[in-house]
Amino acid sequence: MLYTNLEHVESEAQFHKVLEENENVMICCGRMGPMCVPVYAAMEELREEYPNVKFMDMEFDIPDAHVIRNAPECAGFMGLPFTMYYKNGKVVKATTSIQDKDQIENILKEVY
Amino acid sequence: MDTNKYDVIVIGGGAAGLTAGIYLSRAKLKTLILNEGMVGGQMILTYEIANYPGIEKTSGYQLSMIMKKQAESFGCDIKQNIKVTDIQLDSKEKTVTVNEKDKYTAKAVILATGGRSRNLNVEGEETFKGRGISYCATCDGDFYTGKDIIVVGGGNSALEEAVALTQFAKTVTIVHQFDHFQAFDQAVEQAKNNEKINFIMESTIDAFFGDEKVNKVRIKNLKDNTTYEKEIDGVFIFIGYEANTEKLKGIIELNKWGEIVTDEQMKTAKEGVFAAGDARAKKVRQITTAVGDGATAAVQVIEYIQNN
Repeated sequence: MLYTNLEHVESEAQFHKVLEENENVMICCGRMGPMCVPVYAAMEELREEYPNVKFMDMEFDIPDAHVIRNAPECAGFMGLPFTMYYKNGKVVKATTSIQDKDQIENILKEVY
Repeated sequence: MDTNKYDVIVIGGGAAGLTAGIYLSRAKLKTLILNEGMVGGQMILTYEIANYPGIEKTSGYQLSMIMKKQAESFGCDIKQNIKVTDIQLDSKEKTVTVNEKDKYTAKAVILATGGRSRNLNVEGEETFKGRGISYCATCDGDFYTGKDIIVVGGGNSALEEAVALTQFAKTVTIVHQFDHFQAFDQAVEQAKNNEKINFIMESTIDAFFGDEKVNKVRIKNLKDNTTYEKEIDGVFIFIGYEANTEKLKGIIELNKWGEIVTDEQMKTAKEGVFAAGDARAKKVRQITTAVGDGATAAVQVIEYIQNN
């Protein structure tokens, strides 16, 4: 259970639906751990500044999170969270481990 | 009233800053906490807290959020994820500029900028963060199940986390720069008694190599300066903390470790400027001591404002 104020992706079906229905999607897949929480918090703040992006999180340990855990873009990732940026359903950027608000914002500017 | 004019500005929103915010706002002083990043500081990076009196067990995140809520409930303004771009402390009215455009003034300032985990700052460290280099055993330990890993450091965190990581890893090698450990005897004994743990003393890592992720490190013997390479699946770095005081250089007195110099009442040598928490020169750095610092600084500020 992720105790954040972000919308949660809770199933593979929902994951695909979100990507189908939204052009720009950022999903942070993690736990309530020290490297993950600051990313969720930054996303909560950035949500207002980027209304064209759908900001969501996903619990790393649920089985359906394999859609992110096993994504080819995450090969070699060994630090939570795995943060994915999708455009028109395709991964345009993926990062591993903690990122601060500036780093996330730079990616948002770059990919969206 | 000018919305950018405060009685007190607290720079830093960790345990010390939030505590000061609670005390000051409750004393009806108009208080602003400015925090680069998310409030909570080092506290938020603590997975489990079991030694905070009055609370049997909690997470750093939960404790941070309660402190923030408590401060806000008394009227404290909190701005997080901002950049402090200028600090002027010399005149009676102190000015702090945020994001290069928003100026805030106050009669007093509390510097509670906290600390951060120290990096090795060697070749490959930035490249392989999250790709074989980690700073959090609780977060990333299970990625290393059945793997050979290194833990760098010789303090309590390093040795305790090394022992914890043996739940997952096949072997854990502790690399430490001295010939002895700084950790408590009990932590050293636990590590030494663990058959999965071995030690490389008087050495450090001076480079990380790999492709998609780390697969090799270069170890430097600090006694004779010789180096050799060692294949490895991952490295956890726990080499202590440093004060977040880069922006205070030349503005306030710092000791040789970059920590803010204060007296026991949290006063700096500069009038109306106080400091609290991990950024301050002191020996013990715990959430409880940061909270104590924050309360002491706030009480001193209340007195200072009343008298000035």
